[in-house]
Amino acid sequence: MVQELADVDRILDKYQGRKNALIQVLLDIQAQNGWLPKPALIWVAERLGVPLSQIYQIATFYKAFSLVPLGRHIFQVCLGTACQVRGAKRLLDNVSSVLGIEPGHTDADQKFTLTTVNCLGCCALGPVMLVDGQYYSKPGIKDIEKIAASCD
Amino acid sequence: MSKLSSAAELKRFRQDVLSRRDPNKPCLSICLGTGCQACGGEKVYQAFAGEIRKQGLEAKVDIRRTGCHGFCERGPLVVIFPREICYLKVTPADVPEVVAKTLVEGKIVDRLLYTGEDGKKIVHEGDIPFYKHQSRIILGANRLVDPTRIEDYIALGGYSALARALFVMTPEEVLDEVKKSGLRGRGGAGFPTGVKWETTRNAPGEPKYVIVNADEGDPGAYMNRSVLEGNPHSVIEGLIIGAYAIGARQGFIYVRQEYPLAVANLTVALEQAREMGLLGANILGSEFGFDVAIHRGAGAFVSGESSALITALEGRVGEPQINYIRPAISGLWGKPTNMNNVETWANVPAIINKSAAWFSGIGTRGSKGTKIFSLVGKVNNTGLVEVPMGATLRQVIFDIGGGVPGGKKFKAVQTGGPSGGCLPAASLDLPVDFEELERAGSMMGSGGMIVMDEDTCMVDTARYFINFLSEESCGKCVPCREGLKQMLLIYNNICAGKGREGDIELLREIAEVMAEASLCALGTTAANPPLSTIKYFRNEYEAHIREKRCPAGVCKDLIRYYIVPEKCQACLLCAKSCPAGAISGDKGLVHVIDQSKCTKCGACLEACPSRFGAVTKISGKPAPAPVPAGTRVQKRK
Repeated sequence: MVQELADVDRILDKYQGRKNALIQVLLDIQAQNGWLPKPALIWVAERLGVPLSQIYQIATFYKAFSLVPLGRHIFQVCLGTACQVRGAKRLLDNVSSVLGIEPGHTDADQKFTLTTVNCLGCCALGPVMLVDGQYYSKPGIKDIEKIAASCD
Repeated sequence: MSKLSSAAELKRFRQDVLSRRDPNKPCLSICLGTGCQACGGEKVYQAFAGEIRKQGLEAKVDIRRTGCHGFCERGPLVVIFPREICYLKVTPADVPEVVAKTLVEGKIVDRLLYTGEDGKKIVHEGDIPFYKHQSRIILGANRLVDPTRIEDYIALGGYSALARALFVMTPEEVLDEVKKSGLRGRGGAGFPTGVKWETTRNAPGEPKYVIVNADEGDPGAYMNRSVLEGNPHSVIEGLIIGAYAIGARQGFIYVRQEYPLAVANLTVALEQAREMGLLGANILGSEFGFDVAIHRGAGAFVSGESSALITALEGRVGEPQINYIRPAISGLWGKPTNMNNVETWANVPAIINKSAAWFSGIGTRGSKGTKIFSLVGKVNNTGLVEVPMGATLRQVIFDIGGGVPGGKKFKAVQTGGPSGGCLPAASLDLPVDFEELERAGSMMGSGGMIVMDEDTCMVDTARYFINFLSEESCGKCVPCREGLKQMLLIYNNICAGKGREGDIELLREIAEVMAEASLCALGTTAANPPLSTIKYFRNEYEAHIREKRCPAGVCKDLIRYYIVPEKCQACLLCAKSCPAGAISGDKGLVHVIDQSKCTKCGACLEACPSRFGAVTKISGKPAPAPVPAGTRVQKRK
């Protein structure tokens, strides 16, 4: 925990303790950690002099934040309109059945998290899935199985 | 890079960059926009870099990593200058041949070219129908610029508009030029840009702020992403010019964190601009100082709304505020604030360089210049399209987009994102500008254009948008929070075959109240999807409610999959693809779907070869009883 808080300190220092950088601070913690642990949030509240309630308000309002640990590999299925008309729902069903988890969930081993996103901004390729930063255009069920199998 | 301290130095720097370039030297421009990256563009780039090194051609060939070229459907895209040879769907395996044939011998690799409908191959990018009918004032620069190299942008005349504004024009003159150009906000509402600038400039209070709204949250639109990723300096230059005209010293770029490449390229671009004296104190040696900070949005559609975005910039939850007073008067920290969308800012340098008269010569009476659309969905040539305002939907969807794939019929086009509306085939000759779209019950929005074919259910589409908006509503005001919830319930019922008489009227009533009484544009424009689909596709609503039938065969509760015994070739393809094990049959034995096990995923329909066409969707009536077991034997033809 001491190590984690030192990391949080480094992030806070980057923004010179500016209150209005709160969202940026949380984004950095989320990126570094994969989620927002409570001790980190308490520490941010203390150092920035912002009420913890306000931090929770932000952490629960925005999609980018998670208050629970996520899986090591995140499957994001795009449900944007362009993907929707090209069968995003089917893709989501397929990913869900391959991973064995419902959208919004993480499996028991914390290996996979399945989430949906409203638009990944590569609408021409729909339906699109993003796994650990890699985009996949129109993956079939076999492709999804292969991708899942390649995750350690 | 050294600091440029006058307009003359900028000019000299540009001449210097140009003098080191041989216009006849081949240059590979490789698209590494997000779309092409998703198709393996990075591997193609690496393959080219490796092959050029291997053949010792480094001195003879330039290679450029660029942002999105627009024709995303056919990526990865490679354009070879100066001849503008355009290769589509290039793979690493093609690379040695392209280098040996095209770069060394000057010959064309036919199979990588665009093939026209008449079967003829098209060599030059500009001759491909997708590009031929466009006017790419903003997007065209993408393929000429490596977004991480400021000299590429300056070589194209970048920052010369800034120099002109700073040293030839007064802030008032810049303002006047933008006003005269007729530029309107490209973020959706279409407010005249110059007027907005003027209000901020004249508002009492210091300091003043300028903001780039790059929170492109519209599902189905990605033009801002492409401009930010591919040509960030065009946005930055526009922003500096705007700040000069308005009298701002500090700017912000609010960009979605879901666009990591845009954030990265913007960060590099800002650093370079600072190093070269294009940002910071005494820009280009003038009296004017200005700087920009990036703020990453954390993912909330409603935070793209101007008052919400300002609240988020202040470090609070990005919820819309009741603003009797406009941000132009009292915005960020209560100070006069001007916010424009990415595309709006990117238009500014061209207006200053080429004059208001030139800009207002393009477009329609009320809407000037060009507009970028993201042409996606059921259309052959998906990608980003930039056309003069007033181009018809038909020109965009058919001439540029190449129409609907698979011989299917065009049904509707959805414009303006979740706040927009769906327009039917009868609207295809509508000239696209702010007023015409609004008159037709839709809107420009940020420019998403989603094409739908006969397989799209318009009731389900409206439900999709209402579902999206109800998830994204901040819940602060009652009409939006409750209205969306109730509309979603009604839509879910209709799509599940539980619709009742009066539902259509109720939807209309709720939509109208929301349009009247919601706090921000998310709620007021949420009326568009229901109202436009009811207006143009009422018969589909009625079929769902009265006949419990989904004419497009989309709504799962109202359809069944059925294998036509006479057509079944007993090939087992559908049975193998069925994830639920609902299909029985064998080689030589006609297949049957067990309706009680079927999850209606549609895998069987996709698996059945189109020449057989044995799997069908039935809606509005029960599936015929399966053929009795004893008579199911059938030989393969």
